Amino acid sequence: MISFNLNGKATKVDVDPGTPLLWVLRDHLHLTGTKYGCGISQCGACTVHLDGKAIRSCVTPVSTANGKHVTTIEGLAETTLGKAVQAAWLEVDVPQCGYCQSGQIMSATALLKENPHPSESQISAAMDGNLCRCGTYNRIRSAIQKASEQLGAAK
Amino acid sequence: MKNTTLQDSSRRAFLKDGALLMGGLVISFYMPVKGGRAFAAEAQPKAVFPPNAFIRIAADNSITIVVNKSEMGQGVYTSLPMLVAEELEADWSSIRIESAPVAAVYNHTGFGMQLTGGSSSVPSSWEQLRRVGASGRIMLIRAAAGQWGVPESECHAENSQVIHARSGKRLSYGELADAAAKLPLPDSVELKSPKDFKLIGKPVKRIDTPVKINGSAQFGLDVYLPGMLTVLIARSPVFGGKVKRYDATEAAKLPGVQGIYQVPSGIAVAASGFWPAKTARDLLEIEWDEGPGAALSTPKMRMEYLELAKQPGTVARKDGNTEQGFKEAHKSVSAEYEVPYLAHATMEPLNVVVDLTPDHCTIWTGTQAQTMDRGMAAATAGLKPEQVEIHTMYLGGGFGRRANPRSDFVQEAVQVAKVIGKPIKVVWAREDDMRGGYYRPMWADHIEVGIAKDGRPVAWKHTIVGQSITADTMFESFMIKNGIDATSVEGASTLPYMIPNLQVELHSTRNVVPVQWWRSVGHSHTAFVVETMIDELAHLAGKDPVAYRLDILPAASRYRGALKLAAEKSGWGKRKLPAGHAYGVAVHQSFESYVAEIAEVSLENGKIKVHRVVAAVDCGMVVNPDGVQQQVEGAIVYGLSAALHGAITLENGRVMQSNFDSYAPLRYSEMPQVDVHIVASNERPTGIGEPGTPPIAPAVANAVFALTGKRLRRMPFDQETLA
Ligand code: FES
Ligand code: FES
Repeated sequence: MISFNLNGKATKVDVDPGTPLLWVLRDHLHLTGTKYGCGISQCGACTVHLDGKAIRSCVTPVSTANGKHVTTIEGLAETTLGKAVQAAWLEVDVPQCGYCQSGQIMSATALLKENPHPSESQISAAMDGNLCRCGTYNRIRSAIQKASEQLGAAK
Repeated sequence: MKNTTLQDSSRRAFLKDGALLMGGLVISFYMPVKGGRAFAAEAQPKAVFPPNAFIRIAADNSITIVVNKSEMGQGVYTSLPMLVAEELEADWSSIRIESAPVAAVYNHTGFGMQLTGGSSSVPSSWEQLRRVGASGRIMLIRAAAGQWGVPESECHAENSQVIHARSGKRLSYGELADAAAKLPLPDSVELKSPKDFKLIGKPVKRIDTPVKINGSAQFGLDVYLPGMLTVLIARSPVFGGKVKRYDATEAAKLPGVQGIYQVPSGIAVAASGFWPAKTARDLLEIEWDEGPGAALSTPKMRMEYLELAKQPGTVARKDGNTEQGFKEAHKSVSAEYEVPYLAHATMEPLNVVVDLTPDHCTIWTGTQAQTMDRGMAAATAGLKPEQVEIHTMYLGGGFGRRANPRSDFVQEAVQVAKVIGKPIKVVWAREDDMRGGYYRPMWADHIEVGIAKDGRPVAWKHTIVGQSITADTMFESFMIKNGIDATSVEGASTLPYMIPNLQVELHSTRNVVPVQWWRSVGHSHTAFVVETMIDELAHLAGKDPVAYRLDILPAASRYRGALKLAAEKSGWGKRKLPAGHAYGVAVHQSFESYVAEIAEVSLENGKIKVHRVVAAVDCGMVVNPDGVQQQVEGAIVYGLSAALHGAITLENGRVMQSNFDSYAPLRYSEMPQVDVHIVASNERPTGIGEPGTPPIAPAVANAVFALTGKRLRRMPFDQETLA
């Protein structure tokens, strides 16, 4: 039995501890906002937060999450920062097909948590692992900058 | 499973239960896609378009618009409702959307089936959906006038209300819906003049953004049915191969594995979830009867293609007499070009959920081709098409892959469902998706140009070699005429420049590699070939590449407007670029839209760096300028991914790429600034999902030439050594 805090709720799962967290979230817990894109840490679609840090859940065995806090896109709006990032995404109208966007938003939020006012190159470094086949990168940058400004203003 | 159940039952009720609907009757009209590509003329469906199939108004004033095109990122869940809402005079904030079930009423007005493709969603719906909206508006006004006992002509509609200005009376659409539903349909409707548009032409936020930022948008992969098993399939590593024998002993031992079955496409592992299914699938030991596909290797195929490109092919276009033209030419140049197979690599890998019972088949998937898929599912399951229900989920990218003329992924899933007898979800791992074929064909081209003393082309001979994407499909009879697949030569046979002697020839090759349309189809290779050659001619003539093109484009050509606007906005010839930077230009027409792109490029450690792209687009009247901006930007990224990195290659029939490490889409750090400018136009709307893709590869290649003097004639460019 593996237990972790998922989006604020104590959660227990009875699965092979080697199962990637991604598939526990999706297939066992039916939290489908976290996406599968590559399974080998190449695309970022599966990004979630483990104790506040962005991780690729497709290559993270669920056992790694034991006793820790997992946040997925479904739980992101619980924090001011998460809400601000989503609001910026909405304002900039970032998504096209939308499939990569949960991962993009999770990566962006983790970046802004660590560094509320990232430079362009810091944004680039943080977001380079998140592929978007629809090509929304420029809007992603605008949304991150917008969220960063709003966070600054809120202080 | 979530949401879907509720949505489904309401959807069924909507179709059956007239009481829910606005408009009890049916209006009947058919709108051909004027000058549309493909087989509009042949299809001629006697389709009917009742407003009640597209509009539902609830007592709370919410308006649901049923969208008959698949949302794959291109924005149809916003642009198509805009067409309805404009004429309906609906309050935009009350618009909801629902994806259409499969029914004739939802057929594409040009294709005669439900299909999303060919950059045709807005062009083919432009008349239809505005008429639907206008009919609804007239009926609502009629209902209000009747209740008030005033002449209809004194009433008008605005913001989901009917208003009688003289008395100040108003009724909301929600209050009028029932009464309006009982009225006959208007005999004729008058559409607004574009100057009166309130929504069309204004930037409108996407309706689907809220669900795409909180994880609640439901893609095919997100569907979970009670008792459903996840299935992964081991398919032949060589296209066309068959299972000879297999050993599933080790795989079957894995916890979670529920069954291992031989199916037509290979060996299927059914398990409690993706992870056990994939782990077990990868443990299978299979011996394949590989067939002739095992002889295919890219280097050998390239040599064969290049050889063929020098041989006479079937003539696709002939103007004047090229032989004579070459004799009279002052000099001539020739070059050969190559582009590889490309995978669509949608972010969401293919997947299909099937619930098959003896007399019904329900499918949840992201598809662009509902009618074909339903027909194939029915034939596979031994059912009638009416017994097959398809729920179109959000598509995590389509780019053409999800409109498969053979319904490959749906057919396979139904085959598996038949064998397993339980609700299943067939998931393609990324590696399966990458290696699953239906690629953009590989192409080789040869061009020879005879040049007059003044530098103008006087003879042009272009030979194209590659597989037809429509051969042996239901599209063959529409697309292949006199041995020429129009999709193989488009962009080359439609060369706009004034060249008196011009000949385009085609060799359609055949092999077992499955091929298909890929964002911008034939244009994805022809634009690269012709626009780099035109650039070469400009340089040979010692002329500016923009001026040279303008010189040889006909006076009334719409290419000119796009080209001039891109040149103006980029400061072409005026703006001083940073040292080590250069501009390259290309202009191309596809899907009846004209796009010019100017790329600013430099080299960083021998690698191409694209800093900025200025695009100018003439796509007729624009419905949602923000959507156009998104689509052109996305199309550039798609084209740039292919230009810089994309290649699917074969060795002994095996695909050498498997995932995003070996098939690399453009990443964030490679993203150029993109400025999209729209050519003002009163022409009817034309395509926008694809036309941004073709010009980017030649624009970048031409910039690299300006920078280095090296001509890139082979994609992807990252295989070239650039100092
Ligand atoms: S699915 Fe995890 S990085 Fe791609
Ligand atoms: S929005 Fe489609 S992959 Fe990013």
